Amino acid sequence: MKQFWRTQRYLVDFTISSLQRRKGKNLSLLLVYTLIVFLLASVMLFCQSLKREAAVILANAPEIVVQRQVAGRHALIPGEYLQKVGRLRGVSQKRGRLWGYYYDPGVKANYTLMVPAEDVPNPGEVVIGAAFSRVRGVGVGYYFNLYSSANKLFSFKVAGILDTESELVSGDLMLMAESDFREFFTIPEGMYTDLVFNVTNPREVQNVAGKINERLPDTRPILREEILRTYDAIFNWRQGIVFVLLSGAILAFVLFAWDKASGLSGEEKREIGILKAVGWETGDILRMKFWEGILLSLTAFLFGYLFAYIHVFYSSAVLFSPVLKGWAILYPDFSPIPAVDGLQLATLFFFTVFPYTVATIIPIWQAAVTDPDTVIR
Amino acid sequence: MRKSTLYMALCLFLGGAFLCSLVDANIREKTMIERLTSSILLTQELGLTDLALFTEARYTRHPSQADLHSAFQDHPMSFEHFPTGSFVQPPAHLVP
Repeated sequence: MKQFWRTQRYLVDFTISSLQRRKGKNLSLLLVYTLIVFLLASVMLFCQSLKREAAVILANAPEIVVQRQVAGRHALIPGEYLQKVGRLRGVSQKRGRLWGYYYDPGVKANYTLMVPAEDVPNPGEVVIGAAFSRVRGVGVGYYFNLYSSANKLFSFKVAGILDTESELVSGDLMLMAESDFREFFTIPEGMYTDLVFNVTNPREVQNVAGKINERLPDTRPILREEILRTYDAIFNWRQGIVFVLLSGAILAFVLFAWDKASGLSGEEKREIGILKAVGWETGDILRMKFWEGILLSLTAFLFGYLFAYIHVFYSSAVLFSPVLKGWAILYPDFSPIPAVDGLQLATLFFFTVFPYTVATIIPIWQAAVTDPDTVIR
Repeated sequence: MRKSTLYMALCLFLGGAFLCSLVDANIREKTMIERLTSSILLTQELGLTDLALFTEARYTRHPSQADLHSAFQDHPMSFEHFPTGSFVQPPAHLVP
């Protein structure tokens, strides 16, 4: 065993010296290789982090949201529908929600106006999200005006600002009293935006949704599971789009690396011939080239991954966040949660380290089995 | 010093940094999840369904609550035209 390791160390010594002889070429390869791993790992880590964050937060979304559909579009739902559904086994709570959108032409941004179920603000007062407060430039105690759809001016006093820590879900929120909401949007009493149902046993959610659909055929139940799947799909899709955009660069690198790894230069062939002439076995040459592949690809993988980790979790992914997070005038301020998926990491390792190492061995084997005299000439 | 020793030292350093990144991710994930408590509580209290990431259109602000054909909301056969929309996945049956 000791002998084996000693041989391997000599091979590594020799390989590094051999790489140093073509310093410029190998360093540029290492740099480009590291950059490619960095780009791929950054996108992967950032998306994983956003997916994790969405999953943690939305795990507390209502189990079932029921929307009424009229001509295929979301319409207001009458409160009587709650009675129409009747008692359903497993449903712990059901209520109507009032929420809607308001486009503020002053700042060219959309707000989400909502009536909370608890801690409802007093009429004339509102509680706003931190991004809302930033964009509109209002703090606690300030007054601001909004025009309703009936062109009536409403003045609201800011009674509170929601915690900045919750900006990811509350950045554009404006919580208000039910009477204000109904007057502002001219929504008649007894009508709601949608209904929410909380189900105690998660295994009964599908059954409950089925029964709701049966009793209220003009509605569409949206399950929490679907909400979570939506976010998973959004970030997967975005990750895919960035990968497609990067594919040109990746293909260029693959060609470059393949050319470097598989096409032997005259100098390399001569080196192999000399090694064989001085008594190296074919196996030794293959091992030496294997080490060359490992040295380059492993170093590039580790450097690339570490730079990506620092980029995503210590600089909030400055390079990719505009594409991956999306954009908006009212944008929440948040930093991604570090979440590393072992399987994704292993996949990245396999697809970056393995192909290069294999690509270096095949042409070397062809050269190494040829007669040294022919190779040197 | 032998070149292989130097390389092994570099590998040990990088490998150590790699392991540190995994440990760091684990520790920071726990503390960050604690920091998300207010978001989690607010989501539960208000029954929120979506992240406030893309606020330019109603179907991008609440993609999980959007109409089934909201991308074509303006008139039949109209194309979806909000920038975020290009980054939201089409329904599964439309994706090859």
